[in-house]
Amino acid sequence: MHDKSVAQLIAGLRARQFSSVELNRCFLERIKRLDPALNSFITVDESAVLAAAEAADQRIAAGAAAPLTGIPVAHKDIFCTQGMRTSCGSRMLDNFVPPYDATLISNFRREGAVLLGKTNMDEFAMGSSSESSFYGPVCNPWDTRLVPGGSSGGSAAAVAAMLAPAATGTDTGGSIRQPAAFCGITGIKPTYGRVSRRGMVAFASSLDQAGPMAHSAEDCALLLNCMAGFDPLDSTSSELPVEDYCAGLDHTLAGLRIGLPREYFGAGLEAGTAGCISAALKELEALGATLVEVSLPHSHLTIPAYYVIAPAEASTNLSRFDGVRYGHRCKDPVDLHDLYTRTREEGFGPEVKRRILVGTYALSAGYYDAYYKKAQQVRRLIKQDFSACFEQVDIIAGPTTPGPAFALGAKSDDPVAMYLEDVYTLAVNLAGLPGMSVPAGFVDGRPVGLQLIGRHFGEARLLNIAHRFQQATDWHLRRPPMATGEAS
Amino acid sequence: MQWETVIGLEVHLQLATRSKIFSGSATTFGAEPNTQASAVDLAMPGTLPVLNAQAVRFAVMFGLGIGAHIGRRSVFDRKNYFYPDLPKGYQISQFEAPIVGRGSFEIQLEDGSTRSIGITRAHLEEDAGKSLHEDFHGQTGIDLNRAGTPLLEIVSEPDLRSAAEAVAYLKALHSLVTYLGISDGNMAEGSMRCDINISLRPVGSDTLGTRTEIKNVNSFRFVEKAIRHEFERQAEILEDGGRIVQETRLYDADLDETRPMRSKEVANDYRYFPEPDLLPVVIDEAYIESIRAELPELPTQKRHRFVAQYGLGSYDADVLAATRELADYFEAVAAACGDAKIAANWVQVELLGQLNRGELTLGACPVSAPDLGGLIRRILDNSISGKIAKQVFEAMWQGEGSADQIIEARGLKQMSDSGELEAMVDQVITANAGQVEQYLAADEERRKKLVGFFVGQVMKLSKGQANPQMVNELLAKKLV
Repeated sequence: MHDKSVAQLIAGLRARQFSSVELNRCFLERIKRLDPALNSFITVDESAVLAAAEAADQRIAAGAAAPLTGIPVAHKDIFCTQGMRTSCGSRMLDNFVPPYDATLISNFRREGAVLLGKTNMDEFAMGSSSESSFYGPVCNPWDTRLVPGGSSGGSAAAVAAMLAPAATGTDTGGSIRQPAAFCGITGIKPTYGRVSRRGMVAFASSLDQAGPMAHSAEDCALLLNCMAGFDPLDSTSSELPVEDYCAGLDHTLAGLRIGLPREYFGAGLEAGTAGCISAALKELEALGATLVEVSLPHSHLTIPAYYVIAPAEASTNLSRFDGVRYGHRCKDPVDLHDLYTRTREEGFGPEVKRRILVGTYALSAGYYDAYYKKAQQVRRLIKQDFSACFEQVDIIAGPTTPGPAFALGAKSDDPVAMYLEDVYTLAVNLAGLPGMSVPAGFVDGRPVGLQLIGRHFGEARLLNIAHRFQQATDWHLRRPPMATGEAS
Repeated sequence: MQWETVIGLEVHLQLATRSKIFSGSATTFGAEPNTQASAVDLAMPGTLPVLNAQAVRFAVMFGLGIGAHIGRRSVFDRKNYFYPDLPKGYQISQFEAPIVGRGSFEIQLEDGSTRSIGITRAHLEEDAGKSLHEDFHGQTGIDLNRAGTPLLEIVSEPDLRSAAEAVAYLKALHSLVTYLGISDGNMAEGSMRCDINISLRPVGSDTLGTRTEIKNVNSFRFVEKAIRHEFERQAEILEDGGRIVQETRLYDADLDETRPMRSKEVANDYRYFPEPDLLPVVIDEAYIESIRAELPELPTQKRHRFVAQYGLGSYDADVLAATRELADYFEAVAAACGDAKIAANWVQVELLGQLNRGELTLGACPVSAPDLGGLIRRILDNSISGKIAKQVFEAMWQGEGSADQIIEARGLKQMSDSGELEAMVDQVITANAGQVEQYLAADEERRKKLVGFFVGQVMKLSKGQANPQMVNELLAKKLV
């Protein structure tokens, strides 16, 4: 059962080939057996999983099943789950049990999906390697000496190793797409505002967006159908009606114009990755698409702009972690100042502290105009770059990352090298566009991801292109040896 | 040297919405600590603000009430600082693009003159919680019931020149917002809190001196005292050739003094930036016009109308228009009795006097406006004298019934039967032959004084019920 797609599992449950309890037991058993080598989960509550699976079986028996009823789904530990710890990978929230469900979690519960567990992640989603978690680093199932990418590395590793058929992640600068690329799975970051942010612990509010991570575009579409939609409790969520993302998966690619930004194929892109991407683009050409060279002239400003805006928002979003109402509190504070400083000193890891400091500086009196305001102006230019491209082409394609997964520890002491990991993904968040990563080959046994970027609310078209690509290729069907029992 | 005081006020007005500005929690005052604090108010991770439409509406009503420009696109910002009763570590406020721009309104001074005071801006923001320093054995308790209560911060121009003007401004503001129904204006419960910016300059100078800001002033009386105190303090420094330090001071009502806030209490850099969790508030003409169409008559308009329509003096009009309830009461009395001037007099003197003595609000007044009108009608139709009317009013206040019932039950109806009165006049003349002689011997001037004696005797005989005018007429006829 574990090697089936979500679509196949739905069919199997409907046909009573297996029950949801059996299905979930299978994944619980795999987590128990394989996750010690990966560390992809922070919390798994077996009895809650089985209770939910039993309820799902009853619902299926009663003929009242929704599409995802009974399907196990792992959630990044950034989504608040009522009665279950939500740590965000931080010591600060190690003891935090939310009194409410994130809207995304409620949506899955309403469909009867089973919450399989909460996945590991970079602390407060700040990172590109899933090494900054308070709960230890996550390993890449393709080679446990490698990072799985981040910050949604736990979700990516869990899906890649078939510890969960599908998972959710969040993407502020590439945190769904980059780990999907590193782990050889499919992930989509929807348009900003498509999925409610309520109940998702905030990193950078104007950039954060949740999305599905699974083996295929079709499975992502099935999950996104459940996740997307207006939420009256998130003022930035879109009121635009949600399409059925499964409906157009088979549309032809004939006449599709794909833009290739020259800035995404220049220096910095590793040769092996470049080779995989160009082969994937040839495949898309064979499916009827036309390749057009385009330009995103302000690409070189993406990283500086992002690393002002994201830390600025983060610095204030994280002010609430003060030891007063919930989360970590230092022992025996002598006064208020001591309570604040020791709580935050102890509760946050180094990368989080670095971003709080950078963000606080960028918003300070006298620096605001030079940094935050300037970065917002750059952000507008980057948006305009994309708008101009979309006048010529339907989607934009390129590599998700400059190269495949790197070794654990290789970049953890060099924040700037780590930031450069996201050079192709950050602009999508700054522009609020949907972007996805699709498995497109391997370099020395390490997966490579093809990035597709769409127009605002163009998720259906992206999923359609990825699905057609996956009909013609089998990269998304490859599984890491450690997960298939073939590892020596 | 003669100093001129220059004052600008920042008023934090709690808006009377049922729920908070960014969450669905109730805003009722006085609930058990932390029983009106939801996950949003506690700033639980992942919670997001959702703007209360009624708060926006109230802000626009205020803007229209002072003839201000309404921001067509106002933006919420985060104001960042750490404090235990500020759950998010930032306050959602409006900085660069407030919802209400420049406006002005008229205040009335005690000498009856009026002045127009400029409003720089008014913006929406959320209130913080409360830190409770007592009863926690040296620790601090946090009550987040108030956190997220909608506030309208109203910033005046430095147009006020004295403590009296500042108080007049606050009273006018109080009157305006309660007329609009956008705040209960209850100062004791903190619905209107005031920060005072104050500086001095030599009379005749037109440059502003260095100002200090006095925070935490929560009643009209304290505003007056704080300004008087700060004036003395600044004047003393300036007279001695010193310089005023621009600083934030706290008014301590118990000690009646202002003192500088400790540096830790002053946040220097709020790191304002646009709140990414909320969209800009976009307001169109149709929305503004729909609110304008529903605005009630405002205090200034009402005051002017009372002068024009009823011929009241400006002081009387000001007193009667102070609250919507009193104005409505007065107009109901005037309508019931048909004489606005007498109605105005009765409402101001007798009614407000009784309310003040009993420390009652108008809502708890035992005499209805139509009933008071009914009483005044009996004065106007000479059924009773003004003096008797006061007795009747007293009885009405005690719940003994309507004016007519009391007059009937107590037999207070004025004696206007000329036959009966004539008999009494004759009796008095007969019994006071000496005084009659004196009267007849006196000149015109003295007679005017002496006639009062006979009137008094007749009134005594009639137990105060004789119609004084008729008695006068009869005496004039008989004493010849």
